[in-house]
Amino acid sequence: MCDASKIHPQGPFPHAGEAPAAVLKAEGLSCQRGVRLLFDKLDFELRAGHALVVVGRNGAGKSSLLRIVAGLLAATSGRVTLIEGAAERSCTEEMHYLGHDDALKAALSVADNLSFWRTMLGATGLPVAEALEEVGLGGLGRLPVAVLSAGQKRRLAIARLLVSRRRIWILDEPTTALDVTAQARFAELGRAHLDSGGAILAATHAPLDFGPRVGTLQLGPKLEAGA
Amino acid sequence: MMAAFFALVRRDMALALRSGGGAGLGVVFFLSVITIVPFAVGPDMVLLARIGPAILWIGALLASLIGLERLFAADVEDGSLDALAHSALPLELVAAAKGLAHWIATGLPLVVAAPVLALMLNLEPAAIGAVVLTLLVGTPAVTALGLIGAAFAGAFRRGGLLIAVLVLPLAIPVLIFAVSATGAAVTGPVPFGTPFRILIGLTLFALVLGPVAAAAALRAARG
Repeated sequence: MCDASKIHPQGPFPHAGEAPAAVLKAEGLSCQRGVRLLFDKLDFELRAGHALVVVGRNGAGKSSLLRIVAGLLAATSGRVTLIEGAAERSCTEEMHYLGHDDALKAALSVADNLSFWRTMLGATGLPVAEALEEVGLGGLGRLPVAVLSAGQKRRLAIARLLVSRRRIWILDEPTTALDVTAQARFAELGRAHLDSGGAILAATHAPLDFGPRVGTLQLGPKLEAGA
Repeated sequence: MMAAFFALVRRDMALALRSGGGAGLGVVFFLSVITIVPFAVGPDMVLLARIGPAILWIGALLASLIGLERLFAADVEDGSLDALAHSALPLELVAAAKGLAHWIATGLPLVVAAPVLALMLNLEPAAIGAVVLTLLVGTPAVTALGLIGAAFAGAFRRGGLLIAVLVLPLAIPVLIFAVSATGAAVTGPVPFGTPFRILIGLTLFALVLGPVAAAAALRAARG
């Protein structure tokens, strides 16, 4: 079991445990890619300690929605506002974005990759060695990333969430390539993050076991079982 | 913020040096260009000495373009650029850091190699000094302008000759004043300082324009 204090040694984020406050609000979001309207006038909010899972069939616009919230794609209309963000930090510095790609350099070692991201994103989280331990890559720090398997690379990308302490995690298919053990481990990390007052917005096809405080956002028509 | 800037510079330099294609390839390409010139021009030592500075500059200009194609494209493809967008570093400084690392890894070795290659072109000592000085001041401008082409190549997933087509015209003023400064040092009549100061001005301008334009190109691609 993963203790919340393990991945957030500084203690919970402010206001955790009280009435769950919204940390991020999306109002009237629309996204048009080419001639296709992916979603229209979408409203939702992300609450402290809660996860919101975006579901929908392939091409429903899950990744586009996540990229818009992460500030990596301009919305056709609507806006995303961060609530209670510290004034001197920009919107993007309050969130982690974990996309389809692992953002790793094959020529550098595991520890070099992670310590680069730790410095780059603000070294406010766990030290590199501990973060590697948390994702089950302890002792592999000196290996070049080129020799890692797809699942190990994914674990290393997940470790990036831990080396810099940020409230909002935006995760696009985070468990791709992970084995059952690693998926369970990732769910523990996610629950620990929620327990300390963090928030998660995730797009996924595989169920993510983040505990009871998980909402669902359906994009497009519901998928029928067996359809 | 400065810690992040230098972390990015260090990472890019490590990547350039480890994956080959950085310093070594640029210098070897530079050497190849300079070596074929005497074969093409023939054994006319006076002519070689006269066109030498221009040849050195053309060689350095082309060698500076090596590696620009992958400068942003690699980060776009592996998702690094998305993660970099969530750092404290604005995209302009991300581009500047990558440019600085690129210049140290590929531009600076050209400056160091130039005096040796200049001997092959029968340049006199004053001309060699002037060429090296103009390269030292001018190649950062070429790299900074090259950032614009590199950003286009990365953002719109077009590479290859597009970079040369985009960057070479922008580098023409640098080329003109660098070569005329060298000419002034050897034959006059203008003092070396006059075109050299304009070259410095062009470099300062390019150092500001390059990262800003590159960041704008990367942002435009997100739309």
